[in-house]
Amino acid sequence: MIDKKYFFKGFKSIKGVGSPAIALAASFVAIGALLKSLGFTVQESIFSTFLTYALPGSLVMAESMLIGASLINIFLAVWLVNARLYPMTVALMPLLIHENQPRWKYYLSCHFIAVSSWLIMKDNYEVIEKENRIDFWIGIGTATWSVAILATVVGYIASDFINEDILIGLAIINPIYFTCMMLSAMKTTQITLSVILGAIIGPMFYFLSPEWCILFGGFFAGTIAFFVGEKNGK
Amino acid sequence: MANNIIIVIIVTSLATYLSRFLGVISAEKIKETSKIFRWFNCLAYSTLAALIARMIIFPSGSLNEVDYFIRFIVVFLAIVIFYLTRKNLVYPTIFSGIILSLFNFYL
Repeated sequence: MIDKKYFFKGFKSIKGVGSPAIALAASFVAIGALLKSLGFTVQESIFSTFLTYALPGSLVMAESMLIGASLINIFLAVWLVNARLYPMTVALMPLLIHENQPRWKYYLSCHFIAVSSWLIMKDNYEVIEKENRIDFWIGIGTATWSVAILATVVGYIASDFINEDILIGLAIINPIYFTCMMLSAMKTTQITLSVILGAIIGPMFYFLSPEWCILFGGFFAGTIAFFVGEKNGK
Repeated sequence: MANNIIIVIIVTSLATYLSRFLGVISAEKIKETSKIFRWFNCLAYSTLAALIARMIIFPSGSLNEVDYFIRFIVVFLAIVIFYLTRKNLVYPTIFSGIILSLFNFYL
């Protein structure tokens, strides 16, 4: 089944100087508080993070519920905002797929793909032999996912004590964590260019379409970075 | 609330899982040494960078109430701390949260 040695090696990624736990917890505490204000029960809040585990998706769900959007509109809005998970999955899974491993592991563990777990895996996969990477990944995923679920509960319970100043502090933590992770990921020309161009072109597209700016901006920036990198030997 | 909460949660999770699921299906046919893999790698990083930049420049939630200038100072200081602490991720994240709360409270 799952090799415990590699699972726990991955699980331990939430400890130490590179820990995503604080950033993850900060944003899911805010989600917990938000879901409570929307009238969710604590069980429904847990269920939501358990099943979705993608921050922007949960935010869009909350916004859509506030304006009373239809189910089909909620589906489309969430799909659009979480469509970035598609290139992320395609850029991760080929590193993990091994013929000795059963397929169900990949279809189940893709649920763990979120920005923090993805960045951690991309940063560490090379030190694990290919055959064991999927178990290592399941360890990372389980750890980050558990932090998110726990933090949702904490946020739900503590929501009465969370004022606007604290919410603002919580809101900056996640982008800061992601920014630092991206900076340390900039090791090749292609990745460096992708990150810099994405951060410039993405917001520029915001003026054309706030909904599509991330996908359009990301597509143009990534494609330019790819061709420039290929031409200059990555 | 027009819709049942449980159904909304399930719809949200299906819409999210769809991209992950299609990603695995596509990944089955892609080798990690191929050009298309490198292209998707670029797309993933650039899309993430776009998302993060948007979260900071055009935030949707409470960050919106904080002045641009303050947001940029906090991001800049956090990056400086990140490099000063030899790429420790815990210090800049905690620092940014506390400092922004204080800025917002006192300014």
